[in-house]
Amino acid sequence: MLESYIKERLKTKKILLMTHIVMGYPSFEASYDIVKQMVEAGVDLMELQIPFSEPMADGPVILKANQKAIENGSSVQKCFEFAQKVSSEFTIPFLFMSYANVLFKYGMERFSDKMDQINLKGAIVPDLPPEEGADYIKAMKKNNLSPIYIFSPETSDERLEYISSYASGFVYCLARKGVTGKDTAFSDDLATYLSRCRKATDLPLAVGFGVKEKADIDYLKGKADIAVIGSQTIRIVEEKGAGAAGEFIRSII
Amino acid sequence: MKNRGYYGDYGGAFLPEILVATFDQLEQAFEKIKKDPSFWNEYETLMSTYSCRATPLTFAGNLTKKFGGAKIYIKREDLNHTGAHKANNVMGQGLLVKQMGKKRVIAETGAGQHGVATATMAAKFGFDCTIYMGEVDVLRQRPNVFWMEQLGATVVPVKDGTRILKDAINEAFRDWVTHMDTTHYVLGTACGPHPFPEMVSYFQSIIGKEARQQILDIEGKLPKRVYACVGGGSNAMGLFSGFFDDPVELVGVEAGGKGLNSGMHASRLKSSDASCGIAQGYKTYFLQDDDGQMKETHSISAGLDYVGVSPILSDMHDQGKARFESATDTQVIDALKLTMQKEGIIPALESAHAFAQAFKEAPSLSKEDAIIINQSGRGDKDIFTVAEAINDPKWKEFIIGKAREYNA
Repeated sequence: MLESYIKERLKTKKILLMTHIVMGYPSFEASYDIVKQMVEAGVDLMELQIPFSEPMADGPVILKANQKAIENGSSVQKCFEFAQKVSSEFTIPFLFMSYANVLFKYGMERFSDKMDQINLKGAIVPDLPPEEGADYIKAMKKNNLSPIYIFSPETSDERLEYISSYASGFVYCLARKGVTGKDTAFSDDLATYLSRCRKATDLPLAVGFGVKEKADIDYLKGKADIAVIGSQTIRIVEEKGAGAAGEFIRSII
Repeated sequence: MKNRGYYGDYGGAFLPEILVATFDQLEQAFEKIKKDPSFWNEYETLMSTYSCRATPLTFAGNLTKKFGGAKIYIKREDLNHTGAHKANNVMGQGLLVKQMGKKRVIAETGAGQHGVATATMAAKFGFDCTIYMGEVDVLRQRPNVFWMEQLGATVVPVKDGTRILKDAINEAFRDWVTHMDTTHYVLGTACGPHPFPEMVSYFQSIIGKEARQQILDIEGKLPKRVYACVGGGSNAMGLFSGFFDDPVELVGVEAGGKGLNSGMHASRLKSSDASCGIAQGYKTYFLQDDDGQMKETHSISAGLDYVGVSPILSDMHDQGKARFESATDTQVIDALKLTMQKEGIIPALESAHAFAQAFKEAPSLSKEDAIIINQSGRGDKDIFTVAEAINDPKWKEFIIGKAREYNA
């Protein structure tokens, strides 16, 4: 179970680190290299994004990575093969991240069965709110997998409760409005919002959007359980190559 | 998210969490104005004083004679301010924005008509305005870009994805998730998450309301068929909604591009290339591959060049409540030329799709029958595209001369 893994891990670490890659960007070989280095550097969980042509919630960095990956032939099938390979070689939990249409076209139940078969632990689907996700939730439950839900600073207390009634594993808290990959002010407002999130659920809280350096992660210690680094690792790899991923992770934890 | 706007299997609100509160607020505001008769009065007054409503229903005597079948009527949405039906939706949403107290509007645009209409509305109501437009469309619709900028809007060319309408929509959503406190997204067509399909259709229903009354006044009976082009589907929804309860055949005409077998088209409902999917916040027929990745679309008209279609029309398609056809780029140019020469009317390339289909069918209808074609917009914006398609040597000479002047 994802939740118990996280809680167990938190006994020895103040905050866990989750990173994100777009599978097949810049290539599957590079993706593998990045995963390997990140796991060795001490990353606790990883999001594997199946690229989608219309990634509405993603900012310019991840958007371009999605497009490039698709252009380079990253299909859903190849992503499954890649995910199976890394989840059998490395012991940390891997999650899928994608958009609703990828799961819908594959079939919600079939997708969840496939996840179970290749040992993925959960999925983050930003454009599938609980109201639209009945089939998805049912399929994930059947296989004891975690649908990861999202809280935002705009979400009312009432709705935080509603969402947490469907959540499993952990909850992903958006640090701010906007899309992925822009700067975030790590301020008192964020702390107030995170305490609202904490009240709404007993699940561990992950914080993402704009987390990119050691100071950000230090700020989140004691306020959240998981720091999520998304666009920044993609930027580092773009600037310095896949070989720089491990060193970057070591520099921030 | 209590009401999610389903039409059969289609529609819904596949929203990122960050936008849920904004959509709840929008839906509440829309529900309020729907119940308020004074709002519709205010809207009609605005449209009759700022735009040109009621737009005429023109009898096309020469075209009728040429085809020798049904009497052809043209609903003149081209005579709206800014030259297209887009004004109906934009001014309605503008009044709504005033009520919600927001100060900035954003919009996507394909052909540029919706962008120009939004920039006009923003100027009139004193809103800041940013328009997202695919880079490909910026290149093929320069005159509209010029006007949007002159009207005070910022035009952002979208360089991601296929660089056309759908990519402009994605980019507008990305702006919105950052600035929803101050900003309203004036979605231009009857697509997207609930309540947009319903809300846009609601404002466009003014077309059908007028057209129904006008044809009854002239002919004393209902038309046999009505024709509208279908990109996102807002002008079609506008016209069709006037005849939902009548024995009138509703015909939607999609962009056949280089032909339905060419893979170079934008036909979601007539071709068998589309399937049900979820993107841009709603469920409908999309032109997509087996993995659910959206395909490239093609049309001579930027305004019909879109991967999805109104969920309301998808449902009408499945229910058999409307018939969908397609017209190729070549047929569209022929129909446009004929309409200009016979009637002195210049339809937009988008609208010319509806004309092309009506011309195919008119001869086989009785002389007692009447049909209505929705001329959703005027064609002078398309001068560059049309001149190129017609291959007019004098136009080329003019452009070359102009270029020489600028280079001198």
